[in-house]
Amino acid sequence: MFAELNELLGASPERPDAGQFTLLRDTRTDGSFLVHHFLSFYLRAGCKVCFVALLQSFSHYSIVAHKLGVSLAAAKERGQLVFLEGLKSCLDLLFGEEEQPGQPSPLQFLSGSCRDLRALFDFVRVSLAPAEGDSWKGPVLLVDDLSVLLSLGAAPVAVLDFIHYCRVSVCCQLKGNIVVLVHSNEDSEDEENELVVNSLCHHSDLILWAEGLATGFCKDVHGQIKIIKRLSLRQAAGQDLVQTYQYKIQDRNVTFFARGLSSAVL
Amino acid sequence: MTASPACSGGGVAVGTLLLIEEDKYGLYSHLLFKYFLAEGIVCGHDLFVASAKEHPDNILKELPAPLLDDSYGKELGDEAAAKSEDFQDSMKIAWRYQNLPKMEASPTTHTKFGHYYDVSKKMSPQLCQSVKWHSFYLHEELSLEPKMKAWNMNSGYARLLQSIQRIISQEGFDGSDPQKKQRNVLRIGIQSLGSLLWGDDVCCSDTPEDPHSLTKFLYVLRGLLRKSLSACIITVPAHLIQNKAIMERVTNLSDMVVGLESFIGSERETNPLYKDYHGLVHVHLIPRLNSLICDVSDTKDLAFRLKRKQFTIETDYTVVNILFAKGKCKGHCQRLFTKTGKQTNAAEHLP
Repeated sequence: MFAELNELLGASPERPDAGQFTLLRDTRTDGSFLVHHFLSFYLRAGCKVCFVALLQSFSHYSIVAHKLGVSLAAAKERGQLVFLEGLKSCLDLLFGEEEQPGQPSPLQFLSGSCRDLRALFDFVRVSLAPAEGDSWKGPVLLVDDLSVLLSLGAAPVAVLDFIHYCRVSVCCQLKGNIVVLVHSNEDSEDEENELVVNSLCHHSDLILWAEGLATGFCKDVHGQIKIIKRLSLRQAAGQDLVQTYQYKIQDRNVTFFARGLSSAVL
Repeated sequence: MTASPACSGGGVAVGTLLLIEEDKYGLYSHLLFKYFLAEGIVCGHDLFVASAKEHPDNILKELPAPLLDDSYGKELGDEAAAKSEDFQDSMKIAWRYQNLPKMEASPTTHTKFGHYYDVSKKMSPQLCQSVKWHSFYLHEELSLEPKMKAWNMNSGYARLLQSIQRIISQEGFDGSDPQKKQRNVLRIGIQSLGSLLWGDDVCCSDTPEDPHSLTKFLYVLRGLLRKSLSACIITVPAHLIQNKAIMERVTNLSDMVVGLESFIGSERETNPLYKDYHGLVHVHLIPRLNSLICDVSDTKDLAFRLKRKQFTIETDYTVVNILFAKGKCKGHCQRLFTKTGKQTNAAEHLP
């Protein structure tokens, strides 16, 4: 996890939130560094994490997590991390043996036998259900990234339903947290994706929006991040709090600074 | 050689997918496609060539001949040294660029990766046949075996995926068979994916019958690549894809995306500013694998030109409408298509 980001969010692994829905969003850049942050943050915090990793392989996340001081393999072994590797699961579904009737593949919608994401939701629900002897600090669902589901043929409504069911189960019933990454481009013609992104924005407690610089690539500033605290959700007359920072990604850390105050400039 | 994103880091890493958006007539993209395959043969890799347009046998007959003569490499090195003096003078105009490091030009004779090719000569049949290669020509393929589950995908794409998976598994590229300790790499080249010849109407309609086939194909393919010692190049006639949302999704599902824009038939063909070049290279996506950071170069403006013995990609700084050709990356586009990393234990580099 990135210490500076924790400071900006007022977060600490000693006292993780409860019932929070965080949306990670990226435009003109790759926001996956935020996924790595939250994965290592919640594991450090002692939460039970269900990671629906649709985009990259397990070893990719594992290698980065290792740089951030967390071992995904060890977390899996001790039952703290349930990892759904989308790429592998998809291959198992299409090339594997006939599936057992009691254990449908979480990505069952790919084969066209059903149009909804119920199997994926069931997977999440079962993974995060409290078990006997569990001493974890509260469940967390992490998704990287939701836009892939649309590319694989899920309808926007099915994706939003899935998120809704997860919210009810994880945030409301289990008092856990959800962190989801979506892509969005300005001038995007992907209306389905924009629909999902806008809808999720309305229902998020916290939005972290990473954007590439409008002026193009810069060696010392890789992008800008908007941190939007949706206070308007909690109080009728409340106003969202928006803070903007710039960031630079390094090998094992990401530094954040106020706009125009990169150390390269000062 | 770190002159550009396209050339940096050695190109297509094992387990990843490079997508090339074809130029309007497919001339240069087809050339890069052949370079990728030719480099595979010279490196002794296995090949898998798939097309719905041209029989793979014919593609392989048309591969460029490698220049294995070391003296040519030295020639280039001398040429580069002579030219750099000219550059010193011309840099007086663009003073800001004077402090940028000059790119190393000459290849070393003991480079294991990266070779030169003569586009005007064909690779000898003996060399072509020195590696194991597999072909997939859509129109010759048998229909789906009845026991295969319904895939809910364009049948041409489904058949191709099954064929790739079968080769990866049978030849031991996925490490599943302890008997077959495969240390070699499988280079997969797929030509003009998405074109009508594949049975997909994504290139002729903005509301295709099955808008998800192409993206599903890419997702499953990436899954296969990630768990095997293979690297893949795909060319796509992106300029024909009407539905831009699909192209956005295709980009996000690839590891690296490069678009080629040729000047043929455009006003740039006769524009004196571009007289030394045949087209532009647009780098849309670069891989960020196993790392928080990605290998981002300091420029994404690239132009290419084709000479008899070289396909060169160069940085292109346009300053107030004046074109400077700076820091020639004479490392040629072979760097695009060679394996990254060290020679030893390729399995360690599986992302």
